[in-house]
Amino acid sequence: MRRSMLFLPGNTPNILINGDALGADALIFDLEDAVSPDEKDSARILVRSAVSALGYAGCEIIVRINAVDTPYWREDLREIVPLKPSLIMPPKTSCAQDVLTVDAAIAGLEDELGMQRGTVRLIPLIETALGVENAYQIASACPRVAAIFLGGEDLTADLRCKRTREGAEIAYARSRMVCAARAAGVDVYDTPFTDVNDDEGLVLDAKTAKSLGFTGKAAISPRHVPGINEVFSPSLAEINYAYEVLEAIRLAKEQGRGAVALRGKMIDAPIVARARQTIEAAEQLGLGGDRA
Amino acid sequence: MKNGKLLSGIAEAVRASGLRDGMTVSFHHHLRNGDYVLNMVLEAAAQQGIRDLTVNASSLFDTHLPLLGHIENGVVTGIETDYMSGALGAHISRGALKKPVVFRSHGGRPHDIVRGASPIDVAFIAAPTSDPMGNCTGKTGPSACGSLGYAFADALHAKTVVVVTDNLVPYPLQDWSIDETHVDYVVKVDQIGDPAGIVSGTTKITRDPVGLVMADTAARVIAASGLLKEGFSFQTGAGGASLAAARYLKDIMLREKIRGSFGLGGITGYMVDMLNEGCFETLLDVQCFDLKAVQSIRENPRHREISAMHYASPGARSAVVDSLDVVILGATEIDLDFNVNVHTDSQGRIMGGSGGHSDTAAGAKLAMIIAPLSRARLPIVTEHVTCVSTPGETIDVLVTQKGVAVNPRQKELAQRLRDAGLPVCGIDELKARAEAMTGVPRPIARGDRPVAEVLYRDGSHLDTIYNTL
Amino acid sequence: MHQLVRKSTAGTMESSDVFVELEPAGQIEIEIESVVYAQFGDAIENTVRDVLQKQGVTGARVRLHDRGALECVLRARVETAVRRGREER
Repeated sequence: MRRSMLFLPGNTPNILINGDALGADALIFDLEDAVSPDEKDSARILVRSAVSALGYAGCEIIVRINAVDTPYWREDLREIVPLKPSLIMPPKTSCAQDVLTVDAAIAGLEDELGMQRGTVRLIPLIETALGVENAYQIASACPRVAAIFLGGEDLTADLRCKRTREGAEIAYARSRMVCAARAAGVDVYDTPFTDVNDDEGLVLDAKTAKSLGFTGKAAISPRHVPGINEVFSPSLAEINYAYEVLEAIRLAKEQGRGAVALRGKMIDAPIVARARQTIEAAEQLGLGGDRA
Repeated sequence: MKNGKLLSGIAEAVRASGLRDGMTVSFHHHLRNGDYVLNMVLEAAAQQGIRDLTVNASSLFDTHLPLLGHIENGVVTGIETDYMSGALGAHISRGALKKPVVFRSHGGRPHDIVRGASPIDVAFIAAPTSDPMGNCTGKTGPSACGSLGYAFADALHAKTVVVVTDNLVPYPLQDWSIDETHVDYVVKVDQIGDPAGIVSGTTKITRDPVGLVMADTAARVIAASGLLKEGFSFQTGAGGASLAAARYLKDIMLREKIRGSFGLGGITGYMVDMLNEGCFETLLDVQCFDLKAVQSIRENPRHREISAMHYASPGARSAVVDSLDVVILGATEIDLDFNVNVHTDSQGRIMGGSGGHSDTAAGAKLAMIIAPLSRARLPIVTEHVTCVSTPGETIDVLVTQKGVAVNPRQKELAQRLRDAGLPVCGIDELKARAEAMTGVPRPIARGDRPVAEVLYRDGSHLDTIYNTL
Repeated sequence: MHQLVRKSTAGTMESSDVFVELEPAGQIEIEIESVVYAQFGDAIENTVRDVLQKQGVTGARVRLHDRGALECVLRARVETAVRRGREER
């Protein structure tokens, strides 16, 4: 269950050491924008040391490395891959080849370290117009890709428009990303909401993302984490409906019926699969429904 | 008409007051780190050759560092207070004063003054506005500080009372706090304090993510406690995380349309906002922390000034703390028995004091400590606190960013919090969790010379603070 | 392993961090200034020696200005300083 992904600056000890207390399902240790060029070395060593010592129980570990057109990304991987983070996030991914470049480098390290190939998976950050247009190729570039992630700030700069609270300027990119991810069978994460003091705007933005089909949303401020978690948790109505679906299926099986209807609507395989996901998520989060 | 109360300066006032060797002289701390009056009076006393004074101040701040010179010269030989800030505390901790400092709480101090356990010979009362007969207030004037709550016991029970003001107004001052019947002399000076040090312009909520997580948890603990309902009463400190907790609490109260009864304590603009937005019927204010609070107590009749006796005295027939539902408090250390230290830092140096800590903890139905699991590699939970400021049996909950510990006496509360999905765990688990990150700190060595005695609010002895090495 | 060839620094004076100054020397000399010296002075010195040994550094003058860094932070900062100190400019 990964509803929220919180960015933590990679070279700031007093924030890193409390990362697991901030309520996020996943932590993104940032070696890229949050770290100045002459501190890249200390950030990757600090992240390696902190993650291996503190463990961050209950949080998934994601590391944002530097882009493949910089001199830093190979050294980032060399420090970080041995930690076996859940995901590595290459930024500014614009085409399938960008993914394959990182994939090959990780594979080499996995071999060198005696790790099984594919242990460390990827969540490419798509934040250029070209990247959005290539979203499906990126999402399906190789089996190592587990999810794709939309970066709205850099994208709007590339689109030469202004980022707004309502987000009309990234509506197309959002829909295209979701469609590409689902077509490739991977998860998809929404861009952070950037106004730290606008709690209402954050919730509206997260609701928009959820309604479009995003799996979850990133945050640049811990203040946004509770709102994101709430929006992306299954609601009580959704949980109850999921239980009803499974109960209807069970009854139908018992009675030897093939076709099943609930509230006048046919229940097909995708609805059942969705119900199972909902219940699995609810159980992980300790949310009960009104199950008898 | 009786006349002659008005004197020309501090030196004349010290002479007129009859201050002599060996006496006790008292001050309130409403001017906080901006106060000039304590230093002016002691300087005059020193110049007049008076020695062996005991200073009884409701709190002492770093602006009072000239005290050290008076101690060295034998002008001051005793200190009684409720709070002492770090720079002064560090000197006292090294043994600057021969006689141990006597620490009381904000409720214990007036209790001991009223019952004669801590007699005051001369009280010098800094008053932001006064008339020539001594009707005075903190609500107006260029050095306005709002409430004068801590000055009442001194004004009512000192043998001689001198009002020191920088804003003399014609008789009679209409909206007085302390009236002329208690006042022997009035002195006009140029300035009683530095407004910048008296109240902060605005008190700011923390932006520290850990502070915000703790504040959010604290608000959820209060919501789950069963106390947050019609008639709710609340006190919180001016620290960043405590204020943030008040903000989150306000959100819950407004969302669920809960109308509380009163907000208590040192009052900040955030509590004023809660009053104005309908979270409380009344604010009961023993001390104002910022300009918004000062303005509110001056203009809003539902924002009332209370004396320290009324606030917290254990000897009063009743005090407001006895009717308090929830208080949020800080700690530099808390131990496995929930004893709290707010007197010293982890090196054993004095840098604080009870203030109203032990009073509100004893009175409130829910006394909550909010503190990060560790500060600068030092776990907040220790085996034994360096100094017991507030006894553990009066503390109910510890909120950290990584878990909530409930005093084992409060089984029902623990269950309520668990049912609400709060991360409840043992206080020993919090200690272990912190030590897993920080390592186990080596106990600090301390000297064997007492530098301060800590009295509980009822006057009984709580703990002794020894010199640092 | 390479020994140090130049002076180097790592870390900051921020809370929970440590500022490390390193320079080549004949043997290991460690100078510690820490807000938690009374509680962790020995532990800090042991950690620094351990990192230097693991890095194969046998001669270094180390100066620490510690603001309450956890051990994992201290290890990272010393290692960073060592790596920087090995690079010819």
